[in-house]
Amino acid sequence: MTTVTGALTTARRPFILRRPMKTTGVSSWFTTIDHKKIGIMYGSAALIFFLVGGLEALLIRLQLAGPNGTVVSAAQYNELFTMHGTTMVFLVGMPMAVGIGNYFIPIMIGARDVAFPRLNAFGFYVVCAGAIFLYSSWIPGINGVPNGGWFGYTPLSDTPMTAGFLPGHGPDFWTIGIIMLGIGSTTSAINFIVTILNMRAPGMTLMRMPVFVWMMLVVAFLTVFAMPIITVALIMVFFDRSYGTLFFQPAAGGDPLLYQHLFWLFGHPEVYILILPGMGIVSEILPVFSRKPLFGYAVVVFSGIAIGFLGWGVWAHHMFATGLGPVAISAFAVSTMLIAVPTGVKIFNWLSTVWRGSVQLTTAMLFSLGFIAMFTIGGLSGVLHSVVPADTQQTDTYFVVAHFHYVLFGGLMLAVFGGMYYWLPKVFGRMLNERLGKLNFWTMLIGFNLTFFPMHFVGLYGMPRRTYRYDSGLGWDVWNLVETIGAFIIAMSTLIFLTNVIVSIKLKRGAVAGNDPWDGRTLEWTTSSPPPEYNFADIPEVEARDAFWHDKYTEDDEGRLVPLPSGGADAGGGGGQQHHIHMPSPSFYPLVMAAGLIPLGYAAVYRSFVWLGIGALTLLYGLYAWAIEPATEPEPESAPARTPEPAV
Amino acid sequence: MATIEQTNEVGAPASRGGSPGHDPHATATGVTNLKLGMWLFLASDCLFFGAFIATYLLYRGRDTVGVGPKELFDIPFTSATSFILLMSSLTMVLALAAIQRNDIRRLRIWLLATALLGATFIAGQVFEFTEFNREGLNLTTNLFGSSFFVTTGFHGAHVTAGIIWLMSLWGLASRGRLTQKDSERVEIAGLYWHFVDVVWIVIFTVVYLVPQPGPTGS
Amino acid sequence: MRLQRTRRAIHKRWWIPALATLALVLNACSTESGPKNHQNSLRPEGKYAKQIDNLFTPVLWVAVIVGVGVIGATIFMAIRFRRRPGVDVRPKQTHGSTPLEIGWTILPAVILLIVAVPTVSTIFDLDEKPKNPIEITVVGKQWWWQFDYPKTDSGKAVVTANEMHIPTGRDVLLTLEACDESLPNGQAQADGSTSPGCNVLHSFWVPALAGKRDVVPGRENQMKVHADEEGVFLGQCAEYCGLSHANMRFRVIAQSPSEYEAWLESQREGPAVDLAESDAEDLFAARFQCGNCHTVGDSGVSTYGPNLTHIASRATFASGYYELTRSKLIQWLMDAPSLVPMQSEDCRLGSPGTIEGAICVGMPSFTNNTPNGDTKKYPDMTRSEAETLADFLLSLK
Repeated sequence: MTTVTGALTTARRPFILRRPMKTTGVSSWFTTIDHKKIGIMYGSAALIFFLVGGLEALLIRLQLAGPNGTVVSAAQYNELFTMHGTTMVFLVGMPMAVGIGNYFIPIMIGARDVAFPRLNAFGFYVVCAGAIFLYSSWIPGINGVPNGGWFGYTPLSDTPMTAGFLPGHGPDFWTIGIIMLGIGSTTSAINFIVTILNMRAPGMTLMRMPVFVWMMLVVAFLTVFAMPIITVALIMVFFDRSYGTLFFQPAAGGDPLLYQHLFWLFGHPEVYILILPGMGIVSEILPVFSRKPLFGYAVVVFSGIAIGFLGWGVWAHHMFATGLGPVAISAFAVSTMLIAVPTGVKIFNWLSTVWRGSVQLTTAMLFSLGFIAMFTIGGLSGVLHSVVPADTQQTDTYFVVAHFHYVLFGGLMLAVFGGMYYWLPKVFGRMLNERLGKLNFWTMLIGFNLTFFPMHFVGLYGMPRRTYRYDSGLGWDVWNLVETIGAFIIAMSTLIFLTNVIVSIKLKRGAVAGNDPWDGRTLEWTTSSPPPEYNFADIPEVEARDAFWHDKYTEDDEGRLVPLPSGGADAGGGGGQQHHIHMPSPSFYPLVMAAGLIPLGYAAVYRSFVWLGIGALTLLYGLYAWAIEPATEPEPESAPARTPEPAV
Repeated sequence: MATIEQTNEVGAPASRGGSPGHDPHATATGVTNLKLGMWLFLASDCLFFGAFIATYLLYRGRDTVGVGPKELFDIPFTSATSFILLMSSLTMVLALAAIQRNDIRRLRIWLLATALLGATFIAGQVFEFTEFNREGLNLTTNLFGSSFFVTTGFHGAHVTAGIIWLMSLWGLASRGRLTQKDSERVEIAGLYWHFVDVVWIVIFTVVYLVPQPGPTGS
Repeated sequence: MRLQRTRRAIHKRWWIPALATLALVLNACSTESGPKNHQNSLRPEGKYAKQIDNLFTPVLWVAVIVGVGVIGATIFMAIRFRRRPGVDVRPKQTHGSTPLEIGWTILPAVILLIVAVPTVSTIFDLDEKPKNPIEITVVGKQWWWQFDYPKTDSGKAVVTANEMHIPTGRDVLLTLEACDESLPNGQAQADGSTSPGCNVLHSFWVPALAGKRDVVPGRENQMKVHADEEGVFLGQCAEYCGLSHANMRFRVIAQSPSEYEAWLESQREGPAVDLAESDAEDLFAARFQCGNCHTVGDSGVSTYGPNLTHIASRATFASGYYELTRSKLIQWLMDAPSLVPMQSEDCRLGSPGTIEGAICVGMPSFTNNTPNGDTKKYPDMTRSEAETLADFLLSLK
């Protein structure tokens, strides 16, 4: 096997640690480059930060439960809403989608791994480094919890600390942390694009790919193009604050609106980066539990692409109150209305998929139907924002808070929960409890609507966002109390979900899933649960969209579904042929390299050469060792060939 | 880090049952993973520089204080260093041609030449920066100072990273660890290098050559 | 038969919460609804706010109808087509339909086009410059609002805080600024002067009178407001502007034109009590150096803190969060940050922006955070001193 040219044996590689070879056990998780393990780690990290961000939200809601709340101080409240937003966008929404994509994209397109396994691990550890760095600002004495909002508008956030606009190192931790997270997202996005474009199984043409894979492809392109823009904006903010540059300093002629343009030129595609994976997940679940193919596959795919393109032309609708002039504002109002069209088309196609289907109301299906309903509300309030004069009343009020929580929680998170109930049996081999699942769904739906629907009202009644207290007598008290109660119902529902996962999977009380518990349509259901390290003993040959469905069913003359005699179902089986499947070897260096970023972050914030030295040495050592070691360690000649069990 | 990933054969079975005659090295697009990944990175980097250049353009001529481009720019000097950087693209092409015909001696020469030309450019930039600084321009002087130093500085950082990359390839080649079948590694480094050159052409044109609406000098 | 009956029963049960929700939504969203808190965008009290509301209401109804339709369809399908145990339904495999796709692409497009036309025309309407307006400059500072009434033929300029008076029935053109001579950290210019210092972004919002418009430092945004009837309308900063963003309130007081003129005339006058002749002079000027940030002698100048020349003519203080009472004012004088959080530690006795290393935004506490422990140089305020100052301020009608 000379898979890698110029491969050196360990002995001939100076300063390099012995190659880790273990693929099981606790330690293997730190060196793994298996896309499935990395996917699980992404998902777990996102879930942990969902709890952290949720805790921040609960504190916010406690503070606002009644007028003139005193649960937290003004400064703490500003830190909480900044970190809540930053966490939910960058540490929950994005890593969750990347995690699900990491696990399922290769399996859904019939590949054994992603294109760049070590880069994949690196991306995950960079996100971890960014998260640790951001949250380390809460260590007592550091005095730097980000407090400028998740949007970090200038000149509040970029003015040097001595002016006193924002005390402490908050914006410094925020800018550097987000730049790190951006590096992580960009690497994983590049990895996804190359994997999807290059590594599809024979016959898996683009228009045969599952919609989830399509949506992740669009998301990856959006990430690749959006992240550099925010990186530049953050670099300028950081330089303004730390080195006295004048990019957004109005007294010197700098333009604070330029920051807003750059931020939303990233920020609006970011909205679609967050919601498109949810749309993809739902497009997988609805057909399976309706026993019908996705209605208008091509239209759903192209409307996703259209959303991806149009998403670049609507950014200024976040700036309708900034005074851009009537012509520019009218143009952005119309483009914003335009983007509602492909979104509406998707909703109609999903409903048509369910129409006259045989609807099995599993928890996953309930969450998906909940997604359609809640996302519709969020979409419609979005259309209200395109009515600019009305938006000038609604922007920066709780009406907007309601709107984007309907999109991101009612949309993305409901889809993610649906996806968990749908796919975790594949990941861990055990079914989640359906009874708890349904309790989870209904409490989530009720809690969610109690929390966020009244925000529409208080927003219209005049309550601005990001306010740590409000006076009594303004008529907001009751609704705020309802919202707080709703938030605790959501928290309870989340605990039900965690209980379900622990009981069903960790305590192994869930039924054994088997390869294909849901009568699935796509390739991930052809392999075992959990799949072997190499995913498929034989790379599947794909002849149609919904490849696995075509192994099991056909249509009669009236177009009704007819089961095929069993036996055709083991597409990935491989008939017990013995294969020698050589997978890429684990590596320490993605972790080492990413770890170097944390000291570099402190070096930037504190302008410390000690931190700079530690960080740069770690990073460069990781880079050097990574460059020297081959992707795949040649196997010793005497090693017994691993014989995979047949996947089915 | 793109020198490293050599994984388009990931999971390729030693014997591919089921699809004999299917080339395990083939990708669906026909472009190797590494090259496609590099193109995507460069596409991303385009927007990185695009945002900086757009900022520079927006702020042109807005300053009311401090020295400006009219007083500072020495176009003949910068043209010379720009020409040197452009020439390094030529030597990069020659380096790739050398490894593709397995001429490792020439490969080393051209890699070294490329890195040296790049280093000359960086030296020129350092000289220019110190000169401007001496004449009273720094990051905090005015918008021109901020946007000029940060935009060209990040380009300089890209060139420096490229030089380190080329030198590590040169080191590998010197120890006989870079042979004809590794030509893609050189090609990837070349893609990056050409990209950085092209970005400089844009910066040089937009920042230096396009006439400046003059700020009031002092 | 039995199957049908159960289905109908389920429908009945489903419609109860659905109808209840709908009623709730409609009740909450219909025009002229919600609390009469004078800060309610659904109870507009001026012609421009009404114009916005008249646009919003029909679009909201379209959205409600579409939303109820889609959600109703989702619920209906989940029930109608649900798989029943023991019944093996083999649905027809429909893959798509071009006419349908075209239809539901065009339908929302047409609806949105219908929405777009009045939207765009209202955008241009609201942007039109008013004829012969009253002009007021609004300056956003951390964390209070300053209102500058320019010099006119009939009198000198007036600077006031937290309460903006306007006449009814007349357009008012507001110029929104965040850069002002009174703010620190301006840029030194080539000719030796200093450009005005700039504050952060704010957003000026009086829901009952107009939509919001951001105060962008370095730009001069304008907006127009109009009050139909006399009244007091509440407003609040709507763009996050740091620590005390939540407290940055203000009120707009709409008066009959004659009352408005009388008010403006009274504001132009000098102070009711001369500082030099009051027993607060030493406290105000020397001991606590209130003059670093405030003035009590000239209602026409812009200072770092609110102009106090006519403070007793206002109903509220402390960025409009508190009613102006003697006890609150005493509390405020002694320890302002305990009423409204401010970044004013270590900034007693210094002009804003001049104290080396001190982070100084807002009113300091005169009983806490004595800098360097030097009580002689930085004296603490006693209650009787505060009372003297408060009584003086309350005499400044």
